[in-house]
Amino acid sequence: MIEVDALSKRFGEIPALSDVSFRARDGQITGLLGPNGAGKSTCLRILSTVLQPSRGIARVGGISVSEDPLAVRRIIGTLPHGAGLYPHLTAIENIRYFGLLCGVDRPTLARRIDQLVERLDLGDVADRKAKGFSQGERTKVALARALVHEPPHLLLDEPTNGLDVMAVRQLRRWLRELAREGRCILISSHVMQEISALADDLVIIAHGKIAAKGNPSELAARYGNQDLEEIFVSAVGGERS
Amino acid sequence: MMSAILTVCRKEILDNSRDRRTLLTAILLGPLLGPILFVVVINFTISQASSSAERPIDVPIIGAEHAPNLVAFLASRGIAASHGHGLTSVDEAVNAVRNGEREVVVFIDASFGEELASGTGAHVGLVYDRSDTTSGQRVRRVRGSINSYSQQIGALRLLARGLDPSVVRPLIVDNFDVSTAEERSSLLLGMLTYFLLFATLMGGLYLATDTTAGERERKSLEPLLATPVPRSSLLLGKMGATVAFMLLSLALTLACFTAALRFMPFEELGMSTSFGLGTALIAFLVLAPFAPLGAALMTVVASFTKSYKEAQSYLGFVILVPTLPLIVASIMNVKPSLALMAVPSLSQHLLTINLIRAEPIEASMLSLSIVSTLLLGALLAYAAIRLYDRERILG
Repeated sequence: MIEVDALSKRFGEIPALSDVSFRARDGQITGLLGPNGAGKSTCLRILSTVLQPSRGIARVGGISVSEDPLAVRRIIGTLPHGAGLYPHLTAIENIRYFGLLCGVDRPTLARRIDQLVERLDLGDVADRKAKGFSQGERTKVALARALVHEPPHLLLDEPTNGLDVMAVRQLRRWLRELAREGRCILISSHVMQEISALADDLVIIAHGKIAAKGNPSELAARYGNQDLEEIFVSAVGGERS
Repeated sequence: MMSAILTVCRKEILDNSRDRRTLLTAILLGPLLGPILFVVVINFTISQASSSAERPIDVPIIGAEHAPNLVAFLASRGIAASHGHGLTSVDEAVNAVRNGEREVVVFIDASFGEELASGTGAHVGLVYDRSDTTSGQRVRRVRGSINSYSQQIGALRLLARGLDPSVVRPLIVDNFDVSTAEERSSLLLGMLTYFLLFATLMGGLYLATDTTAGERERKSLEPLLATPVPRSSLLLGKMGATVAFMLLSLALTLACFTAALRFMPFEELGMSTSFGLGTALIAFLVLAPFAPLGAALMTVVASFTKSYKEAQSYLGFVILVPTLPLIVASIMNVKPSLALMAVPSLSQHLLTINLIRAEPIEASMLSLSIVSTLLLGALLAYAAIRLYDRERILG
């Protein structure tokens, strides 16, 4: 469970998030939807404790990110924007490094890596250096890296960026599986179709504020329109934003 | 905590040892460049010093036939009159020297013999170019020999008149050179610490960049900071890996120097050096504390930069900083004292020179050098950790 209450973040004079509140429930995929620069990444970075909130409270699994960031980091897996891997390390070495940093003991780690390689279909690249990986391969390895300590919460920042259609479909399938296992998944995106096919719950943010939230059918009912894209456009304030 | 530091350290060592560029600078460039440059410079100095002192030279003498005794005297001191030089007048000699065809030309007038016999003072012309530094020693040698000849004749004339030649030499300067062979060599070997400190820093340069600015540029910093590891452990692991490469670079450089010094003809310069394996080990002990200091310094500087390239250009200046105290020390000819042992890089420099001079090192000096260097390193490491606690570190 992720709880965000009246969260605000300023970078100097510039407000990046103002008064944002929402819930992301366990066993569900919550979509954080908004145009570029809306504050999605800032929100996810606060939840992954690499940024401090200016005001408000954010809790992951009941733990405040400002009070005990280390405890929060133990129960989250993150896939930040860009999915940076270490180019001189192989896929498995990249995953193992994060497993060790998360305190997973070596026998358990070896077993989990085997499972992840099979589950995420990483067999071909497992022992290759990350240097020449395609965007899709990089994302898969980064996802495995985020899952290696079996975190109950997943924070994914635009995970489908740069992926082809097949890879996106595959990723969706995995994310649904992961949610079914009871995990709380928060995923940001600026691509409407992607979220509509995936999220149980939607939080639409624009200019650092919540524009709308609810499940897709609730939102459709409220805005009197079946098309999510239209809801998005009207929620963020028309075509010009 | 400790296991996280080790995990980070091991990963950075593995990661960077797969980077050809890092390996090249740490294992080849630093450790080999210094010793090679050093051997070349020393050998050049030695060959210059010995060649100008003893090697016979040929000098064109215009009008040699007017002063056969002088020419014979010069020949006895290794200065032979060259044949077939084709020069006939002072003007031609001036041109030849100006064009660089000749370094020095002696000109003897037809009236030389007459003037010498009459005792009015015989003229010998010396054509040379003072701005040409390479010929300076030869010119001094020719002039000195002509002066010696002049003094010899003067002394003979005084004797012929029943006077003691010392009448015209009321003062006699006696030279007492107190420098030992070790001390003379230390002037040249003082350069050695420059190379050792430089190679140490070079060994860690790429790691300091890669583990900080590189990590940010690759966008792997954010997931790393989101792992349940305190930032202090991350930073200590990274700096630990940097120190490991720096110490490797230092050890290799010392080994190369120890091997190179064995083959250098120091005796020809009247110098001696006692740089054996034992000395090299003590030198490692003296210089090793500089590695954590350098690693922390480079990490702090790289933390301020936004990209790999920016970090490298800043660090290019940073690796010159530790050489500043060394330059001041060599200009002012600083002697080791307890107070100076509190200055990192200078203390390593002075202690290494002591080692080269085969003088004993005081335990108090060595321990103050180690403690003060490690202390400053710890302060900088703390600063680096604080820098990583800032949000801005994500860039």
